[in-house]
Amino acid sequence: MDFSFSEEQTLLRNTVQSFLQDKYDFDTRSKISKSADGWSREIWAQFAELGLLAAPFAEELGGLGGSAIETMIVMEEFGRNLVIEPFVETVVLAGGFLQEAGTDAQKEAHIPSLIGGETVWTFAYAEPQGRYNLADLVTTAKKDGDGYVINGYKCVVLGAPWADKLIVSARTSGGQRDADGVSLFIVDKNAAGVSTRDYPTVDGRRASEITFENVKVGADAVIGSIGKALPLIEKITDRAIASLSAEAIGGMKMLNDATVEYCKTRKQFGVPIGKFQVLQHRMVDMFMAYEQSVSMTYMVTLKLDEDDAERCKAASGAKVQIGKAGRYVGQQAVQLHGGMGMTDELNVGHYFKRLTMIDTQFGNVDHHLNRYSNAA
Amino acid sequence: MDMSFSAEDIAFREEVRTFIADNYPRDVINSRSRGDMSRDDIMAWHKILAKKGWVAPHWPTEIGGTDWTISQRYIWNEECARAETTPLLPFGLSMVGPVIYTYGNDEQKKRFLPGIYNGTEWWCQGYSEPGAGSDLASLKTKAVREGDHYIINGQKTWTTLAQFADWIFCLARTDASAKIQEGISFFLIDMKTPGIEVRPIITMDGAHEVNEVYLDNVKVPVENLIGEENKGWTYAKFLLGNERSGIAGVARSKKAIERLRKIAASELVDGQPLIGDNEFVRKISEVEIDLSALEVTELRTLAAESRGQGPGPESSILKVKGTEIQQRITELTMEAVGNYAFVYAPHGEAEGGNAFVPGPEYAKGASQNYFNMRKTSIYGGSNEIQHNIIAKMVLGL
Repeated sequence: MDFSFSEEQTLLRNTVQSFLQDKYDFDTRSKISKSADGWSREIWAQFAELGLLAAPFAEELGGLGGSAIETMIVMEEFGRNLVIEPFVETVVLAGGFLQEAGTDAQKEAHIPSLIGGETVWTFAYAEPQGRYNLADLVTTAKKDGDGYVINGYKCVVLGAPWADKLIVSARTSGGQRDADGVSLFIVDKNAAGVSTRDYPTVDGRRASEITFENVKVGADAVIGSIGKALPLIEKITDRAIASLSAEAIGGMKMLNDATVEYCKTRKQFGVPIGKFQVLQHRMVDMFMAYEQSVSMTYMVTLKLDEDDAERCKAASGAKVQIGKAGRYVGQQAVQLHGGMGMTDELNVGHYFKRLTMIDTQFGNVDHHLNRYSNAA
Repeated sequence: MDMSFSAEDIAFREEVRTFIADNYPRDVINSRSRGDMSRDDIMAWHKILAKKGWVAPHWPTEIGGTDWTISQRYIWNEECARAETTPLLPFGLSMVGPVIYTYGNDEQKKRFLPGIYNGTEWWCQGYSEPGAGSDLASLKTKAVREGDHYIINGQKTWTTLAQFADWIFCLARTDASAKIQEGISFFLIDMKTPGIEVRPIITMDGAHEVNEVYLDNVKVPVENLIGEENKGWTYAKFLLGNERSGIAGVARSKKAIERLRKIAASELVDGQPLIGDNEFVRKISEVEIDLSALEVTELRTLAAESRGQGPGPESSILKVKGTEIQQRITELTMEAVGNYAFVYAPHGEAEGGNAFVPGPEYAKGASQNYFNMRKTSIYGGSNEIQHNIIAKMVLGL
């Protein structure tokens, strides 16, 4: 039993930390978020240079052979700095699908440019009727010669405005919510028949609604086995959940530190408000919520390669914990900062908004309580 | 004890409902929230009600009050919420208006009450300062008497809709040597006076609702002082008591729950309506039960008030519970819309009013409303301060 980080892991954290301190302070982040593109291709290129985009890939693919722990470290630091760039979408999700289930040809074709930062990816899975159910798909892919023709609609595809390539879930057989019959395809965002409408999200990012109209893809676009992709999707989205958990603890830590500091300096009634016991206990509860979230983040990170049921319980358990803790810490950080906590100018509201959206992403507390309860 | 409505009440409800249906300018006012509306749109309904004589039901009858019974006031609020009319701004009607007719002199009443009543003059509130929030009495804005004027210097903050205001009612320190509550005075200041600068504060939901107001050597005529110099804290507290009793928002919350149920009926979970999800419905029921309790608590408070008691410190219950319920409803509404909670809906024309906003109409701004409503447990005396008031004034701790 050992919860310490290796020297290499500590070095990785220090590298990410000092890079973000230099290049990604809150003002810079706000400017990036409000810019026309809404993200920084330059920062992305620097992530590639630092090797962050290569971290979780096997060495024979040009990666650094890192484990889920390296991803956790990167995501925790990204959470502390409210990084907008699509690391989860490109590296954890698309990279995860390619590495886990891609053919050798797909890996060779796609992973080097992903690691190099030249190609940005995202995962188009959600549909308006489907809510958080990954199998509830109206989008279809029909066999057409050697390839497939995709028709359908995907909603709130995060990072899609920046993406070159999409991984799209679609039904190749079965009923609308059947576990069987779900397949994954690589689709060029500029392929004929793909149309996108972009918009900003409340947490300072961008997303798209995507329509697929008779989009033709070849047989080489299929990831994994036709009709059998649901377990793969569950596995890779659980990795994304572990990443979001790490991002969330980074955000919570920032809010807790900022709140304690503020309550030590903000004076009302002649004393720092941190002297009031009712606020002290509130901050202790925030601290405990954070610590419990750190524990769940470690647990899910270490269990990502366990069998499906075990992994699923760890991921859903972590998602419930960070959903509840993120809400509590976010709300109380705003409350204890008073009016300042409500402003766009101070970073507190931005962490609160991101934590709130992390709860929505890949299913909220209610969804994961059900998933946890149903996991054998 | 009787909680039923009389035949007169039922007739009154019919009259009010018909009036709103016939007169509410729905074609003019179609914005999602007040933060997105123009000045004229915000005031349109106020002016219609002023003409009808219903804009200030709680004022004394000789200056425009309606002398409605508790039941009638309750019915009026219900019907306005049911029709989703724009809420009337409280700054004139519920805040400075009562201060002026209670503590102002005849000239002040004649000068200011008609403008407040008719909605021709817009008021904002100069209370909070960067260093004086929960501890309002520690305010530092200074007023110095010079001949027939005061010279006022300082900074106010969180000033709601000051960008539209004609007048600001303002607390300033006139005696720095007195105990902190005893050196404060209450001023009425023309926003056009040289030396006043309004700077916007954008909140985390992207709205421009609040402002900073800077006062730099602002000359205020002596006749704009309310009551006596250094007695401003008495008037300020009177105003805060009135502010609190209007803050429960029961009727609006009822409407918001009705809306939430409709959203939950449209949203699907595994092909079934969300409203069929037992866990989610229980959460709606829980907040609805809290609201039922608050509704009766508010009626009990109003009944006590109509017998000439209060509003006492118990009205802090209305503020705490009312805002907790409002926050919970917006939280559940955000949960209900699922993935579309991510969508940012721009505010008004300035932010690109015609920008693409995906998802069903009811989902628009769902999480922004949730973020915005976090302010309610901070403003009007934070909920922690309300707990202190009850602990001290009611429980005697």
